[in-house]
Amino acid sequence: MSHKSFVWICLLPLAAVTAAFFLLPMARLLVTGAEGPRGLAEYLAILVEPRYRATLVNTVLLAAATTVATLIIATIAGLFLQRHRFPGRAVLVAILTFPLAFPGVVIGFMIILLAGRQGLIGDVSARLTGDKLVFAYSIYGLFLGYLYFSIPRVILTIMAAAQKLDPGLAEAARSLGAGPFAVLRDVILPGLAPALVASGAIAFATAMGAFGTAFTLATNIDVLPMLIYTEFTLAGNLATSAALSVGLGVMTWLILALARSFTGNSVAAAG
Amino acid sequence: MDRREGECEVTMMIRHGAALKVENCGKTFADGTCALARATLDIAQSETLVLLGPSGCGKTTLLRIVAGLEMPDAGGRVLFDGKDLTRQPIEKRNVGMVFQSYALFPNMTVAENIGYGLRIRGVSRLERAARVAELITLTNLGGLEHRRIDQLSGGQRQRVALARAVAIRPSVLLLDEPLTALDAALRERLRGELNGLLRTLGITAIYVTHDQAEAMELGDRIVVMRKGAIAQVGTPREIYFTPADRFVAEFVGAANIIEAPIESGDLILPGGRQPVGSTGSRARAVAMVRPETIRIVDADKASLTGIVDSIRFAGDRQRIIVRDAAAIPLALDVPHTIHVRAGERIGLSIAADSIRLLPAEG
Repeated sequence: MSHKSFVWICLLPLAAVTAAFFLLPMARLLVTGAEGPRGLAEYLAILVEPRYRATLVNTVLLAAATTVATLIIATIAGLFLQRHRFPGRAVLVAILTFPLAFPGVVIGFMIILLAGRQGLIGDVSARLTGDKLVFAYSIYGLFLGYLYFSIPRVILTIMAAAQKLDPGLAEAARSLGAGPFAVLRDVILPGLAPALVASGAIAFATAMGAFGTAFTLATNIDVLPMLIYTEFTLAGNLATSAALSVGLGVMTWLILALARSFTGNSVAAAG
Repeated sequence: MDRREGECEVTMMIRHGAALKVENCGKTFADGTCALARATLDIAQSETLVLLGPSGCGKTTLLRIVAGLEMPDAGGRVLFDGKDLTRQPIEKRNVGMVFQSYALFPNMTVAENIGYGLRIRGVSRLERAARVAELITLTNLGGLEHRRIDQLSGGQRQRVALARAVAIRPSVLLLDEPLTALDAALRERLRGELNGLLRTLGITAIYVTHDQAEAMELGDRIVVMRKGAIAQVGTPREIYFTPADRFVAEFVGAANIIEAPIESGDLILPGGRQPVGSTGSRARAVAMVRPETIRIVDADKASLTGIVDSIRFAGDRQRIIVRDAAAIPLALDVPHTIHVRAGERIGLSIAADSIRLLPAEG
């Protein structure tokens, strides 16, 4: 047997799994989306139908806000943890990355415990102002949940990337007169850019499609995964939910591709 | 130092930079290891001082203290032109630094790298462009202004790093093993270029290296360091011909270190007697002889003889190892016009004034 045919035989299981669990369901999803009363026009509904469009915009905004907030918080925390050695650091890193172990349902539950009707924030605000502050069941609760969910992944990526930065770069910038802000702007952030894009993309995709947290918090939050769920289970509208699923996938992929090409270009332009 | 760029153009060729004083600077790290014993050094304006020593000798630590990247132990002071800058961080010291890794900004072009310090200082775009163009010419980087750093060769990167450090007209230029990352042939050529540039700029410079050939060529003075302490300070000639101790003698250039008793001004060796130029006797002396100061003479007429052990051809010369002359095999560097065979008995002639007696250790 030649090396080449050996490699092809080794690839067979992967091909079979890909066909069975990815290509076939995807094809079926695409076909189902076009089998509704509106036919192929169903695919346009996500953009044309006001309710769907509003949900799409909502979802993208929520995902974008989550991504930006996560990147800011995690970059600061990641850089700090990378640069400083102090007692309890390992424990702190472990605690910060602990949420990786939780499913969305648990995170939703924790948000309810924090900001729900019997939540900690509500209790404190009721005592202080007389008003019970409850936002767990809204899009703010969801935002908080996604933030909690995304920060650990991004922190780990940033810490790994920060470790690889040549400390000489920051020292060189300082020797040329750069203060801390200039060093951050001209050396650290450009050096972290690939890691920021990669981990930001994961945070964004997660926030676009996460379902467990949203489902735990409420069924009437306007995000695409919830819409797909209600169209499918409550309205039994198979074609619409299939079309929306494809739309969600395409939208997420498109925005990620845009983000990647944008940073790629900016790196090339700066270079 | 002078912020009015226009005026500085004409002063390009004259000497500048600050006179430096490192006073009582030591460095003990948090874990208690002493990287540098307290040292005091004066560096004259426009002088090139080389810190030379094996890795871990404290030379980089000393450079980083001058740069402001490390704080000396309490009591140490760093003065630029008499002004105490010990508490000032590196960004306030106006130093130009060239790193072993070059540390060029990968997200900027060659021109942007060179102009970075000026941009930070708020120099106008026009003046910046003029200064960058001047440095591009000076460092022979013409045509590469808009290249990305990863499109440059090692030698080009080294020159960009140098141009970037010089662009801000620093008080002192600090070079941390700037040629170590290059291959041998390129290193030799750039060493010459760098030497010319340092003379042209006439700037105060501190140059860290473990390569004694670099130190000899570039340094006005050399500071030889060992295990965190200064072993000797002197001009390249002083260091080479009159090393302070065995370590300096062996680290700088090749040296035969002969241990033998002295009787009335002669070293008593297994292969004969060798005058050392001083009278008196000692039970045990340590003498240094450079390989190129030993000449081969007729064995019958020589007071010191030995047997050729091996001959190594080195292109421009040959190194001959002679046994039975001293307790250790002696190395000789002679022109390749001299023909000897292994096993042959030869006479050795060493001028008494080229023998250096070193302090005996232990």
